[in-house]
Amino acid sequence: MSPIVKLNNVSKSFGSLHVLQGVSFDVAAGSVVAIIGRSGSGKSTALRCINGLEKINSGEITVCNHHLHHDVTRAQLRALHLDVGIVFQSYNLFPHLTVGQNIMLAPRWVRKQSKSEAHEHAAEVLRKVGLAEKFDAYPEQLSGGQQQRVAIARSLAMEPKLMLFDEVTSALDPELTGEVLKVMESLARDGMTMVLVTHEMAFAKGVADKIVFMHQGRVWEEGGGEMLSAPQTPELRQFVGNGL
Amino acid sequence: MLTTFQMQALLTAAVWTAGLSLIAFVLGGAVGLLIAVMRVSANRVLRGIAFTYIQIVQGTPLLVMMMLAFFGLSILGFDLTPFAAASFAMVIYSSAYFGEIWRGGILAVPKTQWEAAECLALHPVQRFWLVIIPQGLRISTPPTVGFMVQIVKNTSLASVIGVAELTYTSKLINNSTFQPFIIFSVVAVLYFCMCYPLAWWSRKLEDKLNVAHR
Ligand SMILES: Nc1ncnc2c1ncn2[C@@H]1O[C@H](COP(=O)(O)OP(=O)(O)O)[C@@H](O)[C@H]1O
Ligand SMILES: [Mg+2]
Repeated sequence: MSPIVKLNNVSKSFGSLHVLQGVSFDVAAGSVVAIIGRSGSGKSTALRCINGLEKINSGEITVCNHHLHHDVTRAQLRALHLDVGIVFQSYNLFPHLTVGQNIMLAPRWVRKQSKSEAHEHAAEVLRKVGLAEKFDAYPEQLSGGQQQRVAIARSLAMEPKLMLFDEVTSALDPELTGEVLKVMESLARDGMTMVLVTHEMAFAKGVADKIVFMHQGRVWEEGGGEMLSAPQTPELRQFVGNGL
Repeated sequence: MLTTFQMQALLTAAVWTAGLSLIAFVLGGAVGLLIAVMRVSANRVLRGIAFTYIQIVQGTPLLVMMMLAFFGLSILGFDLTPFAAASFAMVIYSSAYFGEIWRGGILAVPKTQWEAAECLALHPVQRFWLVIIPQGLRISTPPTVGFMVQIVKNTSLASVIGVAELTYTSKLINNSTFQPFIIFSVVAVLYFCMCYPLAWWSRKLEDKLNVAHR
């Protein structure tokens, strides 16, 4: 299959800090790619560059046929955001809106769906994440795991072609990570193309078609799940050793 | 004691005070929102204009603004009634303070909320009005209501240009009856009746917000 995401020699610095130094990898349509690596290795930055939240300094990113250079325009970014959803570690739900309103906001204002259409659709994605009964609740009334599932539903309601997940379980109590991972697993089964940054090695190994190990702003190793059992570099060996 | 006629005059005056306050809330609030938005806009010129406006208004006593609106504007050929001039001054005065209060609230909304809205493909204008402004205003509710109490009390300054509001009328009645204790007690109670609900509402909102941000 042709890649839906293609990073070609991408570099990104914050001032004198070179966070990404020539990163290249592909994501095939319908596949799940897990990015792993130590804190500070540039995983979040890579994900944010794919979504245009950070502008790259050099190289090229192609995402769902959108080409991102260092001088991407606002209109191009907006077109990109119509195709790509992202879920953050800190949920970032809108606290002044109910669960249902959070989910319906973009479909109504951006996709111009009618109220009943958006309502029906929102109920459907909420059911998908197992929270049908929380439609009228406010985010503050939900547990972290539930809020994160609402954030996933909010993204899904825009029917993205690609979903990005940045350590979506890292802020959760251990007993709540399972419910979120289960939702992501079911999305993967439904054929959603996903790129996820994660510390859940077992999940990466079990669900991802490809694992990308980043180290010091570079792709250090990439491969299938077996890569974790037979690391080629001392850095990955050490990371896997510490991570388990 | 006060005669029925005097009591009626005071109540009518209280209505003028309430009316002046209401005009300051509504029109001052509308202009204030515009000022707040200009103050956080990406456009340097708009930001500068709003900043200067706030500085000038906050640096001028309301009493002087009342005089300017009444006597000053009439020299320039705008003959406003005392009530219109007082309304004008109150709107200018309250808009600057509302603008500054709300600017703070808008800036207190986390940057991640902007990002989340952007990633849902909302237009910059939609992000601002649907996601940021409601949260910014909500954060600013306690100081906003606190300032509304100030507005009610400060309408008393309209007495200097002859608006027959509570303070003006009470002085008038006192001049003919010489019962300052009774008259001004009644006046104080009337002001209290207007301010207390606002103060109570403010406290309630603050409690609610504290619960929400546990
Ligand atoms: N907006 C930013 N400004 C400055 N430095 C940043 C910014 N975002 C990330 N960094 C730095 O870039 C490096 C990589 O960050 P990040 O991509 O978040 O790593 P990871 O997600 O792998 O932990 C870190 O050293 C971090 O401090
Ligand atoms: Mg990170």
